[in-house]
Amino acid sequence: MKDQSILLDHGSGGKLSNELINSILMPAFDNAILEAQEDGAIIPVNQGRLAFSTDTFVVDPIFFPGGNIGDLAVHGTVNDVAMCGGVPQYLSVGLIIEEGFEISQLKIIVESMAKAAAAAGVRIVTGDTKVVPKGACDKIFINTSGFGLIPEGVNLSASLARPGDRIILSGNMADHGVTILTQRESLEFDAPIQSDSAALNKMTAAMLKAAPGIHVLRDPTRGGVGTTLCEIAKKSNIGMKIREKDLPVDQSVMGVCDLLGLDPLYVANEGKLLAIVPPEQADAALEACRQDVHGKKARIIGEVVADHPGQVVMQTAIGGARMVDMLTGEQLPRIC
Amino acid sequence: MSYQNLDSFRDPEVAKTLSGLIAESCQSPMRIMEVCGTHTVSIFRNGIRDMLPQDITLVSGPGCPVCVTDQKEIDDFIQLARKKNVILATFGDLMRVPGTQSSLQKQRAQGRKVKVVYSAFDALTLAAQNPKKKIVFCGVGFETTAPTVGACILEAHRQGLKNFFVYSAHKTVPPALDALMSMDTVIDGFMMPGHVSVIIGADAYLPLVEKFAIPCAIAGFEPNDILASILTLVQQKEAGESKLENTYSRAVSPEGNKKAREVMEQVFDKVDASWRGLGVIPGSGLSIREEFERFDASKAFELPPARSAAPKGCICGAILTGKKIPPQCPKYKIECTPTDPLGPCMVSSEGTCAAYYRYHGAITKVY
Repeated sequence: MKDQSILLDHGSGGKLSNELINSILMPAFDNAILEAQEDGAIIPVNQGRLAFSTDTFVVDPIFFPGGNIGDLAVHGTVNDVAMCGGVPQYLSVGLIIEEGFEISQLKIIVESMAKAAAAAGVRIVTGDTKVVPKGACDKIFINTSGFGLIPEGVNLSASLARPGDRIILSGNMADHGVTILTQRESLEFDAPIQSDSAALNKMTAAMLKAAPGIHVLRDPTRGGVGTTLCEIAKKSNIGMKIREKDLPVDQSVMGVCDLLGLDPLYVANEGKLLAIVPPEQADAALEACRQDVHGKKARIIGEVVADHPGQVVMQTAIGGARMVDMLTGEQLPRIC
Repeated sequence: MSYQNLDSFRDPEVAKTLSGLIAESCQSPMRIMEVCGTHTVSIFRNGIRDMLPQDITLVSGPGCPVCVTDQKEIDDFIQLARKKNVILATFGDLMRVPGTQSSLQKQRAQGRKVKVVYSAFDALTLAAQNPKKKIVFCGVGFETTAPTVGACILEAHRQGLKNFFVYSAHKTVPPALDALMSMDTVIDGFMMPGHVSVIIGADAYLPLVEKFAIPCAIAGFEPNDILASILTLVQQKEAGESKLENTYSRAVSPEGNKKAREVMEQVFDKVDASWRGLGVIPGSGLSIREEFERFDASKAFELPPARSAAPKGCICGAILTGKKIPPQCPKYKIECTPTDPLGPCMVSSEGTCAAYYRYHGAITKVY
């Protein structure tokens, strides 16, 4: 590529588009299905059930400690498929790029997407690139869709939580949201904080193998752990009790939250999951989670109860009790 | 690492001892007003009501600066955002506050330049970076915010900036408490705001304590700070005493932060100010002094005269004075929610209605 920055012609479908695809995207995503360059990917399937999900990423800034918009876009969709119990296999990638965007930056983003896909064991098999005039989007937006087969016997849904179930959280809350916030212009913190952006499909596979009876898996992204628990409580029509003292939060992250008046229960995560597990399989699920590199700090944070259906109640660290409600409004825009 | 730092101010054993002592000391019903919005949120977040005897009622006062901002001031901010060539810099809490017809969030969606900042100094930086634009900062806050804004105006003056303006809607706490006690409110004790007290000093409340013979305690924001202040208030009431106790002496001195107050006095004049829900309170506002009036957005821009009224049926006044709690408002959770608020109390993170909406449920005694 001789150009330094993206031109409108790179999205025209003509010669420059081809040059962009062949010099940057193809070598990075490197696989036979993509290289066939048909209008779509042709994929052999077995019988069974598919989990299928899509997500669009507009995070600002596009580069942040712990990742960038590229690997975040891969992790986000891989995790959504994994939370449905699917084994993610194939992804599509749609890029919307602002005219003038530096090709060297695009290269970094695309390469980290390829790396994230390889690490998660998924292939990027189809895609699309559009270029919009300067100002019509902010640098780069990415859409990813993905699917994977759901193994026999796995049956997950937010409506399946039952009284007595244990609630597992796979690690520290709020790392991603607080990282993005501290990176935004005009907020100068020197705290050593980084995003938890990670693919969780290996963790979910191991947990489902150790505890096939898991009722619910969810990744608490926007809205955080608090909002996700409320959604499950409402969909399953059960109550939940959680304990503040068992909620893991990094000390620096807690410090930033304290300073800015944020409640880490409502701040976004990009590499954490919540599992609702029948009591007899809870220890096995927790152990499998802790064996994973992203789940070392996993904890049981509370239980599902028959009382107060639809409501989540937290025992506070000092021994009081309070209700946990859903996040309302936009806590932080463009977090993912 | 656990969710909260386990220092003594959050220690559950200390909390248990304090709540035990409160229950032991409390012999009769008592209404305590927490004046600061940060206290309101901390009380909810830590489940403190759940640890108090039934005789103690905590009511929230006019302590969230966004909530007491007058409708005319909100409308002025919206007018300023619509001015040509203006970038309006504001704290995030103001974005969704409904004006008579619009909000800053809606203005931004329509393409006006509204920028959320975390400090007035960020607005000053914006002014230096955008010499062709006029930067207007929405000055909302109590004695905690006013000194920083004052320092910004002094800095803008020193740099000779011609494109930096402040709309000062700042208010001060002691005159509001005086006005509140002069109304027909039933308050048996005040939990005084920690941050404001750091600036104005504990002694600033002495005239109030003397005039109204009411128990007062300055409180920090950790759960055990709050419980300790409640304990001293209960003990005072039961002993028939009325004095000022400083339970936040690790941050609040008798004389306060002299330098911050000097900056405030250098830049601002005390004026009468209109508080949402409370009306005009003499000497409770801060307007920019003549010497610095070229930075005063209310003088530099033409703004329409007051024509704004609070929405009908909103009981902000009764809530801000502690006479009622949000669930007693007919609009609460029905017509007025955080996503579609009628007034600032439902918007601001420290607003009484927003705190009730988020944390107040039918369920409390479950553990």
